[in-house]
Amino acid sequence: MDKTIADKYQPVIGLEIHAQLSTLSKIFAPDSGEFGNMPNTNVSAITLAHPGTLPKLNKKVVEYAVKMGLACGCTINRYNFFDRKNYFYPDLPKGYQTTQDKAPICKGGGIRIHVNGQQKIIRLNRIHMEEDAGKNLHLSGETDTLVDFNRAGVPLIEIVTEPDIRSSEEAFEVLTEIRKLVRYLDICDGNMEEGSLRCDANISVMLKGADKFGKKVEVKNMNSIRNVQRAIDFEINRQIAELEKGNEIFSETRHFDTVNFTTHGMRTKEELNDYRYFPEPDLQPVVISEEWLDQIKKSMPPLPWQLYEKFAQQYQLPSYDIHVLTETKEMALYFDELCSKTTHYKAASNWLMGPVKSYLNERTMTITQLNLATDTLAQLIELVESGKVSFAMASQKIFPELIISKNKTPLQIAEQLNLIQESNTDAIKPIVDEVLAKYPEKVKEYRAGKKGILAMFMGEVMKQTKGKADPKVATKLLQEVLDA
Amino acid sequence: MKIDKKTVENIAHLARLEFTEEEKLELTDSLSKILDWVDKLSEINTEGVEPLIHMSEETNVLREDIPQNTLSHSDALDNAPKKDSDYFRVPKFLG
Repeated sequence: MDKTIADKYQPVIGLEIHAQLSTLSKIFAPDSGEFGNMPNTNVSAITLAHPGTLPKLNKKVVEYAVKMGLACGCTINRYNFFDRKNYFYPDLPKGYQTTQDKAPICKGGGIRIHVNGQQKIIRLNRIHMEEDAGKNLHLSGETDTLVDFNRAGVPLIEIVTEPDIRSSEEAFEVLTEIRKLVRYLDICDGNMEEGSLRCDANISVMLKGADKFGKKVEVKNMNSIRNVQRAIDFEINRQIAELEKGNEIFSETRHFDTVNFTTHGMRTKEELNDYRYFPEPDLQPVVISEEWLDQIKKSMPPLPWQLYEKFAQQYQLPSYDIHVLTETKEMALYFDELCSKTTHYKAASNWLMGPVKSYLNERTMTITQLNLATDTLAQLIELVESGKVSFAMASQKIFPELIISKNKTPLQIAEQLNLIQESNTDAIKPIVDEVLAKYPEKVKEYRAGKKGILAMFMGEVMKQTKGKADPKVATKLLQEVLDA
Repeated sequence: MKIDKKTVENIAHLARLEFTEEEKLELTDSLSKILDWVDKLSEINTEGVEPLIHMSEETNVLREDIPQNTLSHSDALDNAPKKDSDYFRVPKFLG
């Protein structure tokens, strides 16, 4: 699309995010909520809505929802009740979904994102608790639809943002941040491909400066954060093109095509939804006392944005480093612990982002599986920083050896592998002299201004010392003689 | 409060019920009577009274998060009008 046309319009986006809570049992019944079991094995009389059964609320669901609310700075609703949302669908055995309509457990708050180096807060409208539905399977060649109720009754929280998002990049950041939050809090595995994190986007466009939002379109079925961004981009362009042609935008639900990255209308005739919400009489209200709230607050882990600020202020790290280090809670906490053992913060960050991360990536391991004490890594960093071993030797030779032979210190391994650098000027000086004497022509070239030759001299010194000369000392000595 | 035939048809559709013309007339009348009766309540001044959400005074009737298998796969499918060895079967529809 022509950029001057696109620039006339302002996209307005709101997200509705469903996060499946990683509790062991369902929200109102004790059957397991585990993913990937044989169909209709995680069911109970309650889940299947047999007559006379009564739901009973899982305490952990309330706690997980409150945790998310606290992490987003929401106001926690102290008097909670559920509502029935009535509609007929084969994957909904009761004929209604038990959800929170009037009194969501969390209100307000927001998600902090960073876009183009600027912090922006996307306000939240609410977070509420509800149950998931079962799964319908429409197989080709089958005259029936097959229904699996394993997922029915799995707890969800629905996170609803205000229409504060202005671009697909911002939507990407919001979703990334929410996924990070649920993972830090350990309340949802955040896996969009398996559907434990799901996102619908409400998208509209209006002329810049307009005081009324355009008609919004809801887009569903995005199975990755990248696809949410793609769907929004496609939808913005489609809506602008329609408006430019003089057409109207219809409020409708559109489906994202994960193959062609386009959206298409789901129904020709949009049914007017009439859910006839009313308070759920089968579940007693839930009162969140000061004491209970305090208990939940105490169980909160450090949050990504808190660690972000700590790493920036206390360890003076660049924002790129912080971004990488706070991607997962485990890495962030490992780094934080490492920084209590060493004061070389930037070096510690380089170690985690470099050799440690590539070691883990190659083996698809996480930092918690690494089994390398922060003390040991701190000692290794100290060896490098004090010039006793080179970074290259430390990362390529000592680091892998440390993981295998657990009882040895980095220094012991360095000595054993004969990797201690020569930092002694007296020991390196004769070698420097010898190298320079060997290449009088090159020395002339250097003195004539070809400073790049220094690297070649360094290479020679390293060759002579089998890589053990401290590069800093060797460079200094070479320059002293050459520049004399 | 008067209910018209259209409202009855709409409610019937939402509940997936079908009525004859005669029944619709009857329902229009009886639903109107029920609403008139409930309307009596608006004669009372309820200003400053919190809406009643639940009949019981009990709160926080909660369950610990302990998974339990209470129904076997075959028992679960037992009463289904149509099923196979794995799934409940319903007439095909498009979602």
